[in-house]
Amino acid sequence: MKFDTPAGTSPIDQLKVIGRPTDRIDGKYKTTGTAPYAYERHDAVPNQAYGFVLGSAIAKGRIDAMHLSDARSAPGVLAIVTTLDTPRLGRGRMNAAYLFGGPVIQHYHQAIAVVVAETFEQARAAAHLIRVDYRQEPGKYDLEAEAPHAEPVASDSGEGSGAPHEARIGNFEEAFAAAPVKLDESYTTSDESHAMMEPHATIAAWNGDKLTLWTSNQMIAWGKGSIAKILGIPAENVRLDAPYVGGGFGGKLFIRADAVLAALGAKAAGRPVKLALTRPLIANNTTHRPATIQRIRIGANPDGTITAIAHESTSGNLADGKPETAVDQTRLLYAGANRLTALRLAHLDLPEGNAMRAPGEAPGLLALEIAMDEMAEKLGIDPVQFRIINDTQVDPEKPERRFSHRDLVGCLRHGAERFGWDRRQQQPGHVRDGRWLVGYGMAVGFRNNLLTKSAARVRLDGRGMVTVETDMTDIGTGSYTILAQTAAEMMGVPLEMVNVRLGDSAFPASAGSGGQWGANNSTAGVYAACVKLREAVAAKLGFNSAEAVFADNEVRSGNRSVPLAAAASGGELVAEDMIEYGDLAKKQQQSTFAGHFAEVGVDAATAEIRVRRMLAVCAAGRILNPKSARSQVIGAMTMGVGAALMEKLAVDTKRGFFVNHDLAGYEVPVHADIPHQDVVFLDEVDPMSSPMKAKGVAELGICGVGAAVANAVYNATGIRVRDYPLTLDKLIERLPEAV
Amino acid sequence: MKAFTYERVSSPAQAVAAVARNPGAKFIAGGTNLLDLMKLQIETPTHLVDINSLKLDGIEATPEGGLRIGALMRNTDLAADERIRRDYGVLSRALLAGASGQLRNRATTAGNLLQRTRCPYFYDTAHPCNKREPGSGCSALDGVSRQLGVVGVSEACIATNPSDMAVAMRALDATIETVDADGKTRAIPIAEFHRLPGDTPHVETVLDPGELITAVTLPPPVGGKQVYRKVRDRASYAFALVSVAAIVQPDGTGRVALGGVAHKPWRIEGADAELSRGAKAAAAALLADAKPTRDNAFKLPLVERTIATVLTEARA
Amino acid sequence: MVGSDDLNLNRRDLMVGAGACAAMPAMPGTAKAQPGPDGNPVEFQVSLTVNGKSHTRNVDTRTTLLDLLRENLHLTGTKKGCDHGQCGACTVIVDGRRINSCLTLAVMQEGSSVTTIEGLGQPDNLHPMQAAFIKHDGYQCGYCTPGQICSSVAMLEEIKAGIPSHVTADLLAPVQPTETEMRERMSGNICRCGAYSNIVEAITEVVERQG
Repeated sequence: MKFDTPAGTSPIDQLKVIGRPTDRIDGKYKTTGTAPYAYERHDAVPNQAYGFVLGSAIAKGRIDAMHLSDARSAPGVLAIVTTLDTPRLGRGRMNAAYLFGGPVIQHYHQAIAVVVAETFEQARAAAHLIRVDYRQEPGKYDLEAEAPHAEPVASDSGEGSGAPHEARIGNFEEAFAAAPVKLDESYTTSDESHAMMEPHATIAAWNGDKLTLWTSNQMIAWGKGSIAKILGIPAENVRLDAPYVGGGFGGKLFIRADAVLAALGAKAAGRPVKLALTRPLIANNTTHRPATIQRIRIGANPDGTITAIAHESTSGNLADGKPETAVDQTRLLYAGANRLTALRLAHLDLPEGNAMRAPGEAPGLLALEIAMDEMAEKLGIDPVQFRIINDTQVDPEKPERRFSHRDLVGCLRHGAERFGWDRRQQQPGHVRDGRWLVGYGMAVGFRNNLLTKSAARVRLDGRGMVTVETDMTDIGTGSYTILAQTAAEMMGVPLEMVNVRLGDSAFPASAGSGGQWGANNSTAGVYAACVKLREAVAAKLGFNSAEAVFADNEVRSGNRSVPLAAAASGGELVAEDMIEYGDLAKKQQQSTFAGHFAEVGVDAATAEIRVRRMLAVCAAGRILNPKSARSQVIGAMTMGVGAALMEKLAVDTKRGFFVNHDLAGYEVPVHADIPHQDVVFLDEVDPMSSPMKAKGVAELGICGVGAAVANAVYNATGIRVRDYPLTLDKLIERLPEAV
Repeated sequence: MKAFTYERVSSPAQAVAAVARNPGAKFIAGGTNLLDLMKLQIETPTHLVDINSLKLDGIEATPEGGLRIGALMRNTDLAADERIRRDYGVLSRALLAGASGQLRNRATTAGNLLQRTRCPYFYDTAHPCNKREPGSGCSALDGVSRQLGVVGVSEACIATNPSDMAVAMRALDATIETVDADGKTRAIPIAEFHRLPGDTPHVETVLDPGELITAVTLPPPVGGKQVYRKVRDRASYAFALVSVAAIVQPDGTGRVALGGVAHKPWRIEGADAELSRGAKAAAAALLADAKPTRDNAFKLPLVERTIATVLTEARA
Repeated sequence: MVGSDDLNLNRRDLMVGAGACAAMPAMPGTAKAQPGPDGNPVEFQVSLTVNGKSHTRNVDTRTTLLDLLRENLHLTGTKKGCDHGQCGACTVIVDGRRINSCLTLAVMQEGSSVTTIEGLGQPDNLHPMQAAFIKHDGYQCGYCTPGQICSSVAMLEEIKAGIPSHVTADLLAPVQPTETEMRERMSGNICRCGAYSNIVEAITEVVERQG
């Protein structure tokens, strides 16, 4: 189905199932421990052996020799595959680091061997017996030191945000120089780790030259293509299966060393092999969100109108890596005639930087939305009002191009009222509650809506059960449930009559889970397949498909009604289709919007920061399942608190690695850090997005949150911190004398 | 994890004998630190002596009017004990500030005293660490050191002791009771129990090899307002950047000990004497010979400010 | 609780008597600890009860309770998130107390009674806490969920037993199941999807229904 004209009315608009807060259909499995994740598929294939991955102990250089005799003769060892036995393997699409093969070390904890043994304990012990002769080479590990040598580089993160190396509209320098009120500040954001709870894990089994991977991956079709390319085998010989994925956040967009080494280990051992990356290996072996250094300049008239805005960002990566596109949102978010954005990339020999939840916008808004807060203060205008003044209904770079639907102002007004923003003391450092200095902050959230093709198959059986099959993944996003809701709405059956099967590359290729594109596109794919199935049902039952009404397990037209199941009495009906998009997204800009509000307390003595209240008001098209969508937003808000207050991969700039590479060292928020979170979705639809009229929310939820927290810290203390995370050491010397 | 043999013992005498018989043996109780380190082959015992059945998990009054805490008493039970809550509040508070509910349910009193540093270079076997591999060097000195020590440090090691419990016990002047393979017992004041790193950071306590902790005794209650304040980025389930255990008497005198700043719970008797003059004076005495790194210099003002807020709370 | 490092210990001039352990045959659990640590796995027998069912197994002494459950008994509801006591995904209830099953050896659980998520309830026979998590969407990816549920069930028992927490204002007053108490007590269970706000609502509902 080609979607190239705005959506009209369809059965989806009945909203009998779609749009209703719905418990997850996979909930009873997840809560009872019966939802199987990759490493747990004892049922999948017999005779599984265990693999253990060894990581490089140096950050850059070569391996001269690996001494394996002790490991090979260790009890239970079945096979060892080393990077020296293996020619350098190809890379999957959109990746910079090589996953395995050859003597060259590109980054710390790069995989250099897999040991396969009868048991996990044996594989782990044997891996520790491998001795490696390294030849270390000097590397570049310090972004601050390398930033002056950074080159202008354009980028598309591959997950939605893109920007040229430089974009200019009007004459920024002249306008900025002439602006009566100006801001010119620099901001830094940290390297962050996805730290999903389920480690990267795979069971690999070969059957002749056919390979099956039970794995944990967000993008099944990408993964299938990538593993085929990496291993040099035809894609049709590969099957991936990932019905449950224990979190990804971008860290499982791509094939990682677990899948490659399980496959190589299984080949070498002649047995199926299961392995998981150990937690201490993950931060340096896989990808991370790169740190940025951002400079923002804003010029405005005294009435608050922005006349000039510039946003430049520098980040680092391996050769062939891309810059973090932190300036992307600044091209679209606020009005202003004179504009400049620029991206620069420094070469670093740290692990690969790549997509993490809202790549580009998440770090970009951390900086931009502090800058907007600072500018509002300079202007003496309320921060909410300042943003409303500079709202735009058109793409500021191409004013002929409108936003398909943009109600950022609605988010801000509704949010300010609900949060009690009028109680905010404009003068910072003036509210005290016991030991706490209390402040309010707000920021705008913005993330583009991305359209990408997505296919599905729908079956109707003789009992009237509808089965959806697509390689879409549910990484916690609620895909199972919204796909079931879509099929139920379209086929006129209750949710219980829908069965959803996901994550298998044998199913039609979906949009996958990334870039907050999953919900809208994958449900639109199921919609398309259901339209075909309805036609098949109508034909079978002798209805005119245009007139047939599907409701209450029946098909009706005029005064004739037939049970839906009857259409399949002679055998299952199967329909498959794909949603594809025309150029609607080119003609009009599709984005999602939020107003984030936060109240924090800062301990007047120790500068410990604790979040007391949070609110997000989101405008993101039709919300397919308000219950799971709300969870996506609160989860993203939680990750935003992490980015604001604690998350930082600490770089050892001498040795070239992330030092705090486990969950004790890399702190993410715990229960005690997160208060009750309030989320509101504005009631809207966007007919330009798809037949579902929906957009994404999962990344919108993190965009801007950290800045709202940072602005609240400023409001509480009068101390402006421009380096994330806002840990107490950055405030302590500037707080007033302790009592 | 290297292969090891395992046995269970049911008395302290059997326990010390079992370790004495097996070079490379270690006692295991809660296991929450030892197993963590064994998985990374930072600890590589060849034999484990499981002492969980030793019946050292009780608490009893001493003739002097204090309490004798069994070495195997779990952190949860110790923190919840009525007498501890009533008379040694700082200890209850310190225990409850540590780790998580799950870990406190396993971790024991003696194990907590012996837990090893959380220095990231100690935990990463790819890099030199004098504590892990004597003589190999200290990576933290020119590495990432935000969490690490500021006082009592040496050129060989700037690691910190991660315990909360031990800081409170230091303020309470606890005594550690042990037995060795010959059946000899001794009582070690906690002030002398943990060592500074010096040139031998791998030697963390004064225990002899194979010596078993059997109990920790607390002197009779000293009264006063007892406060334990742990400062950290994350609100829970995180090690201290700095912690302060204080016991403040109505007349303003008292005791103060620090966590998160040194290789051992940090108390300077001279600082106690300064306490009635205020936080600045006490902090100056505690941190007199501080040698912070660029990363952790913030701990110095943080200590002073935390003592200040603790004193305010104690006097409220 | 060995007081010093391996080096010092190794320097000690101690003899290993092959018969030393066998000299105490009457003690349970010592008989099989024989093979010297030459790198070969040491097997040891352990008997324990899991979800009401008795199991006796010979296990590698290195096997954690977590790996015994997941790899040996195929009770994969208990999750391995970090294997180092830093996340709480492996939380199970042993003899009424929640613990990290990754930081205890299977052989140390002789005679223990273990309850895992599978023992609390099943898809068609949900424990009230499991039902409340579904109702309040107290999860997303689901990987930390069994640990969160086991932890919250045991956590409420700890409150009932009067065990205080870091946020308990008065150590001498009875403990109340407030949201602040629950957040502190559940902090050993990390949820990277960030379902905390909903999890606390789910637990609160169970508390209120219990009265």
